[in-house]
Amino acid sequence: MTDNNVHADAAILEAAGEELPAKPTRPMLLVIGRVLRDPVGLLGVLIVTVMVLAAIFAPWIGWQNPYDLSQLDFMDGRLAPGSQSMSGVTYWLGTDDQGRDLFSAILYGLRTSLMVGVLSAAIALVIGTAAGLTAAYAGGRVDTLIMRVVDIQLSFPPILIALILLAVLGQGVDKIIVALVVTQWAYYARTIRGSALVERRRAYVDAARCLALPPRKVVFSHILPNCLPPLIVVATMRVAYAISLEATLSFLGIGLPVTKPSLGLLIANGFNYMMSGDYWISLFPGLALLLLIVGINLVGDTLRDVLNPRMQR
Amino acid sequence: MSAALITAEGISRRFAKHPDLAARIANKLGAHHASRVVHAVDDVSLSVNEGEVVGLVGESGCGKSTIGRIIAGIDSPSDGRILYRGEDMAKAEGARARHIALKIQMIFQDPLDSLNPRYRMGEIVREAPRYHRVAPARELEAHVDSVLERVGLDPRTKDRFPHQFSGGQRQRIGIARALAVNPELIVCDESVASLDVSIQAQIINLFMRLRRELGLSYIFISHDIGVVRHISDRVVVMYLGRVVEEAPVEELFAHANHPYTQALLREVPRLDNRHISFTPLSGEIASPLAPPPGCHFHPRCPFAMDVCKRVRPALLEIAPGHKSACHLNTEPAAAAAEA
Amino acid sequence: MPEEMKTLVVTGLRTQFNTAKGPVAAVRDVNLKVARGEIVGLVGESGSGKSVTGLSIMGLIDAPGEITAGAILLNGEDLRKASPKRLRELRGDRIAMIFQDPMMTLNPVLRIDTQMIEAIRVHDHKVGRQEARERCRDALGLVGIPSPEERLEAYPHEFSGGMRQRVAIAIAMLNRPDIIIADEPTTALDVTIQSQILAQMQKLCRDTGTALIWITHDLTVVAGLTDRVYVMYAGDVVEEAPVEDLLDRPIHPYTDGLIRSIPSHNAPGQPLNQIPGITPALDRMPAGCRFHPRCPRRTDACLEEIALRSFGPAREARCIHPLVEG
Repeated sequence: MTDNNVHADAAILEAAGEELPAKPTRPMLLVIGRVLRDPVGLLGVLIVTVMVLAAIFAPWIGWQNPYDLSQLDFMDGRLAPGSQSMSGVTYWLGTDDQGRDLFSAILYGLRTSLMVGVLSAAIALVIGTAAGLTAAYAGGRVDTLIMRVVDIQLSFPPILIALILLAVLGQGVDKIIVALVVTQWAYYARTIRGSALVERRRAYVDAARCLALPPRKVVFSHILPNCLPPLIVVATMRVAYAISLEATLSFLGIGLPVTKPSLGLLIANGFNYMMSGDYWISLFPGLALLLLIVGINLVGDTLRDVLNPRMQR
Repeated sequence: MSAALITAEGISRRFAKHPDLAARIANKLGAHHASRVVHAVDDVSLSVNEGEVVGLVGESGCGKSTIGRIIAGIDSPSDGRILYRGEDMAKAEGARARHIALKIQMIFQDPLDSLNPRYRMGEIVREAPRYHRVAPARELEAHVDSVLERVGLDPRTKDRFPHQFSGGQRQRIGIARALAVNPELIVCDESVASLDVSIQAQIINLFMRLRRELGLSYIFISHDIGVVRHISDRVVVMYLGRVVEEAPVEELFAHANHPYTQALLREVPRLDNRHISFTPLSGEIASPLAPPPGCHFHPRCPFAMDVCKRVRPALLEIAPGHKSACHLNTEPAAAAAEA
Repeated sequence: MPEEMKTLVVTGLRTQFNTAKGPVAAVRDVNLKVARGEIVGLVGESGSGKSVTGLSIMGLIDAPGEITAGAILLNGEDLRKASPKRLRELRGDRIAMIFQDPMMTLNPVLRIDTQMIEAIRVHDHKVGRQEARERCRDALGLVGIPSPEERLEAYPHEFSGGMRQRVAIAIAMLNRPDIIIADEPTTALDVTIQSQILAQMQKLCRDTGTALIWITHDLTVVAGLTDRVYVMYAGDVVEEAPVEDLLDRPIHPYTDGLIRSIPSHNAPGQPLNQIPGITPALDRMPAGCRFHPRCPRRTDACLEEIALRSFGPAREARCIHPLVEG
C-alpha cells in the first residue's frame, strides 16, 4: 500500500473483493413483480384482466349481439335471471325490456365503457403531459399561463364541464371522448409539472445540460422517464374515473346514443323498472361497473405503494 | 502571455424574487412587497491555467457552488463573461459552442443524484459521446470501455443500474461520463464530501492520476480545507459572494492575509490539535439576503475599522500572485478617501 | 476506576435487523465504558454500526431492528430491563441525544419556549413555569445564543442551521443529564460554526460533569474534542484507546489506514494512502476479522474469529497482527 502504483487502482478494487453487482432486472419488471406479490394488487390485476378479456372477446363469449336488432326477440323482454327463452336458451342474468340478454349486453357495454375510458385517458395523458412538461421546462410566463388555465379548469366540477360540452356538441362516442379529455387533461398536467419541477433540479439533469445535450433530449430522455411513476398511478385512477363519469353522463341520457349502450346506459334503461321489481336490469350492469372500477382502483393503489420511494424497503 | 485556459471576468449572479401577481395586486392596494435581490456571486474574477488545480473554499452561502455552475455552463451569469482560451463562450454558436461547452465538465456532490436512475451505467457514459460524435460509431464502445477502465470501473458492469453500485463506484461513473467527452477542465463541486473517508482518498487519488495522465485542469470546490490544500496549486477564498483572498497554496497556508482566511485556517479541525480549547470566531455567517455593508466580514472581524463598515475593500495584489481584499493592507486614510 | 463509578457501561451489545433474508447483525458484541464528565469518541464510516450503537443505548431501536444481547447500565441500572415508562422517565432527563438533523429534536410548529419548558416539566412537575422559563433562558445563553430571552419566543424555522443545532443541544442539556449521545451533530455545519459548537460542548461537559459520546466519521474532530476513542468497523469495536495513543500509535490496521488517508497526513500533491475496497454489506460479512479482505497485514489466521485483547492500560484492539505490540 505504500507503493502508490496508481494504475493498480482498478486492480485494487477487484482484490478487495468488491463484487460485481448482480445482473440487473428491468425496473418495470420489478414493479410488475411487486404488484403481483401483493394480495390486493393481485386481486385487482385479476379482476381487471378478466374484465378486459371479456370485453375484447365479447362477440365470442356472449351468444347474442345486443346491437343487432334482428337477434332480439321482443317476446323475451324483462325475463328474470335464469329464465328460459322461447327458443330454449337460458338467460342467466335475465333480459332487458327489449329482450336483450343482459349477460351479452354487459359484455358489449363493458367494451364501450373500457374503450371510452382508456381512449380518453390516453389522449388526456398525452395532452396533459405535453402541457405539464412545457410549463415545468419553460417556467416563467408560459408556466403561469398554463397552470392558471389548469387551476381554473380544476375549480369547476368535471361533471359540470362535461354537461356543458355535451349540451353544445351533442351525443356520440367521439363527443363524449372529447368531453372526457377536456375534463381530465388538467390532472395529468398538474401531476407531471410537479414531478418535472423536482426532477429538473436534480444533478443528473445538470449533468445532461453540462454535456451540451439539446433540450429535447434532456426533457424526453431524462426528465420524462423519471416522472412516469406518479403519472402511471394517476393514469390508472383516472381511467376508472373516466369510466364512471361516462357512465354517469350516459345514465343522465346525454352520453352515448341508445344504439351503443355502455354500462351507464344499461343501468339507466333498467332504472325505470326498479320499482316494478325487475331489479336485474340495473343491478347486474351496476355490479359490473362497480367491479371494474374497484379492480382498477386496487391496481392503482398497489402501484402507488410500490412506486412510492418512501414506502420502499 | 498566452491566455489562460478559462477566465471568468467580473461574474455576478443575482437571484431576484419578483412580486407575483397576488403581491402586485396587493401593492396596488397599498401593500409593500418589494422585489428582493440576492447577490449569490458579486463581481468575481478568476482564471485557471492549463494543467492547474484551483481550489475554491468558503462556507455556506459564499457562492462557490454558483460560480462553479456558471463556469460549467449550467447557470448563466447576470453579468460578466467566461473566456475559453480568450474566446467569449457566450458568443460562440452552433457546433463551436457545443465543442467548447464540452471542454468544461462537472462532477457533482451526490453521486447517486447525478446519475439518471433509469439509465444503465454504459448508457450514462455513452450518451454524450454518441450524440456529439466524439468517436466514430464503430469505435464508440471501445472508447467507452477505455474511459471506464481509466477510472477503475469494470466494463462488464455496463448493463447495471446506478443503484447497484457503491458510493465510490457511482462517483467513478460520474467521472467517466465527464471524461468521455474529452474535457480540459473539470469543476468538482464538493465531489468527495459525501463519501466515506477511505473512499474519499480513493477518489482524490483518481483525480490526481487523471490530472497527470490527461493534463486536466480542475476547479476544486470544497469546504474541506485539508482536501483543497492537498490537491490544489492555487486557492481562492470566498465569503458571501466575493473573493476575499487568492494565493498559491503554500503561500496561503503560510501567510494568510485576510482575517477571514486566518480564522478559517485556524478553526479547521486537525489531527495534531489535541484537547485544544477552541477559541472560535464569533458570530454567525450573515445571510446573503442582507449582507452587511462595506466589507461583508466586518461584523465578525476582530480588526474591523470604521472604513470597513462603509467601503468595499478592493482585491489587491500584496505579493506576487497573492491577492487579498482587506482594508488593513492599505492606508486606512487612503481607503477612506476613496469613498 | 471501579465499574460502579462509570456513568455508562455497555457490555456485549448486539443489535440486529430482521430482514426478509434473515437477521443481520449491525452491531455485535460492543463494550463501552464512559466515566462521569468524560468525552468519548465513537468513530467509524457508514455501515460501521456507530449510529445503531447510539440508538441502542437510547432504546430507540424499532422493528425490524432488535437488541438481542448485552447489558446497558446507566448508573448501574440496566436499561434493557427497564420498563417503557421508566425509559421515558430517563430519556431527556438522565440520558439525552443530539442528532445530525436538529429538526429530529425540534417540533416545527411550536415555539422554542413551549418545547423547552415542556422538556423540563415532563420530568419534574414541581418546577413552576417561571422557574422553568428561566432555566431555558440560561440554557440558551450557555450554548451561545445571543439575546436568549427574545429567542425563546421564536419558532425553529427562524433560526439558522447552526443556531437550531444549538437549541437542540440546549434542550439536551436542560435537565443536566448524566450522559449525552451526539450523533454527528456538526457534520452538516460550516467549519467556523462547528468549532464554536465543539468549544461549547467541551466546556459544558467539563463544567457540569455530563459525560458525552460523540459519534462521528471525522478523526480530526475527535482529535481536539475527546479523551478516549472507540473505533468501529462493520459492527465491531476494533480498537479502543486514549486519543493521543490512538492517533499517534494506532494498533489496528484499519485505524492506521483511516489516519493515513487524511490529506493533512500526506505530502501535498502526492497520492493519498488509501484503504482499498469498501465496507462489506451487512448480509455479506467476511468470516473471521471483518477487515481482513482490505487489510495489508492479513494472513490465513485472520479467517478465525478474533477477540478484543488488551494492549496495556485502557487500550484494546481486535487484531492478531497489530502495528504496535502490547
